[in-house]
Amino acid sequence: MRKKSLTLLSDGKLFRKENTLYFENAQGKRPLAVEGIYDIYIYSHVNITSQALHYLAQKGVAVHFFNHYGYYDGSFYPKESLHSGDLVIKQAQHYLDFEKRLKLAKLFVIGAAKNMERNLARFGAKHKFDELLEELDGCGKITDVMNVEARIRQEYYALWDETLPESFKIVKRTRRPPQNEMNALISFLNSRLYPAILSELYNTQLTPTISYLHEPSERRFSLALDLSEIFKPIIADRIANRLVKQGIIKKEHFRGDLNGVLLNEEGKKTVIKAFNKEMEKSVKHPKLKKNVTKKRLIRLEAYKLIKHLVGVQDYEPLVAWF
Amino acid sequence: MESYPETHLLIRGVEINYLFICKTKLWYFAKGITMEQENEYVDLGKFLHERSYFGEEKEVQIGPIKIDFVKKGDIIEVHEVKKGKSMEKAHEMQALYYIYYLKRHGINAKAVLNYPKLRETKEITLDGREQEVEEAINEVEQIKALSKPPEPVKTKKCKKCAYYELCWV
Repeated sequence: MRKKSLTLLSDGKLFRKENTLYFENAQGKRPLAVEGIYDIYIYSHVNITSQALHYLAQKGVAVHFFNHYGYYDGSFYPKESLHSGDLVIKQAQHYLDFEKRLKLAKLFVIGAAKNMERNLARFGAKHKFDELLEELDGCGKITDVMNVEARIRQEYYALWDETLPESFKIVKRTRRPPQNEMNALISFLNSRLYPAILSELYNTQLTPTISYLHEPSERRFSLALDLSEIFKPIIADRIANRLVKQGIIKKEHFRGDLNGVLLNEEGKKTVIKAFNKEMEKSVKHPKLKKNVTKKRLIRLEAYKLIKHLVGVQDYEPLVAWF
Repeated sequence: MESYPETHLLIRGVEINYLFICKTKLWYFAKGITMEQENEYVDLGKFLHERSYFGEEKEVQIGPIKIDFVKKGDIIEVHEVKKGKSMEKAHEMQALYYIYYLKRHGINAKAVLNYPKLRETKEITLDGREQEVEEAINEVEQIKALSKPPEPVKTKKCKKCAYYELCWV
């Protein structure tokens, strides 16, 4: 049985009665098979009993919370059960040894850029970031690497924008709050992706706070941010692109709020449905010679990082072949 | 009794087992990079263990070894529960290691491998096989001391192994 992510969109109560987890909402009480739950995403007003949390902790299920606007608030991240002192030391070594850190930071940016190129080819705006990527070679500081990354992204958004319908232009990437629909959609998807990556890291021995491109001092699980560079284009951006170009997400799915634009309830539901579906889609993995879900690709990326850290195989970021 | 240095006897039974299954897996496992939590075969094994042999004292921890269950008769019997016989050599060596470990601590024991699914058991005694066990112990230690895991070798076993993706991605 493959464990699935559970998303709660309606208000209700999550509690445990004996050894069963229940979700009760206006429609009634529904038992949840805890063994089949991979992680939980809560977008609505949900009362959770501590017994339910104890039970979820025991089963190693993380619970991710999103605020009223659909943005990620934080996680109930059960006590880590997978420890490897050796790996923590190697993770730290690769951070402290600046050359090693720089190498990884650049690899995340290269992977991100290659995936953006791949998207542009699909979106009908073929382009290569070769010149900007060449600049990476000369970068001797993380901030320089970050800077190149930002310029790549800027170019990418401009090119992608040319292919988007008039009513869904990005124009300029804006956050907190997003200034138009496309920005709101991208932000919402990125907010959903980040904890999904965190859930994968939780299931490995990697320490999510030691990162390379982002600073560990960001007071977030910054390794998830590093990995999200690779996955934002091939998961979040692709969903956003498809939803607007196929007219699944329309203007009426948004509302203006506090000078910004946000998805409304119906919009959030539609986007989450598309996201969950996307994550369960399989692609044939050329190396493993078997089908793996998009979600699993994140885990595999974590494994590649582990292999890099223990010195088995240099990390090569995932470049979408699909 | 010529004694093997006690400090060397810090190896877990499963590590001896893995030595005869896959050295790469042994290295990762020994370094805490474990995958067992997600493997359905491991779940199956646990289930089998939980649902069999009621009334016995289960999960007896002695130093680094953890015995599935113990029967006390004229001679102590350490029992190890396994699903199938495909890894028989590994099972046998794990059992031998338990007996060897106990003997070093002055306890005379024999081992029984239990295959509840096959309704079979197999008795194991040390019978002068100390050297075989010591060689295995040495090899486990050598592998654990490596700075990185041994190159994996692809075999039929890989497909069912929880480390498959880690090794081959």
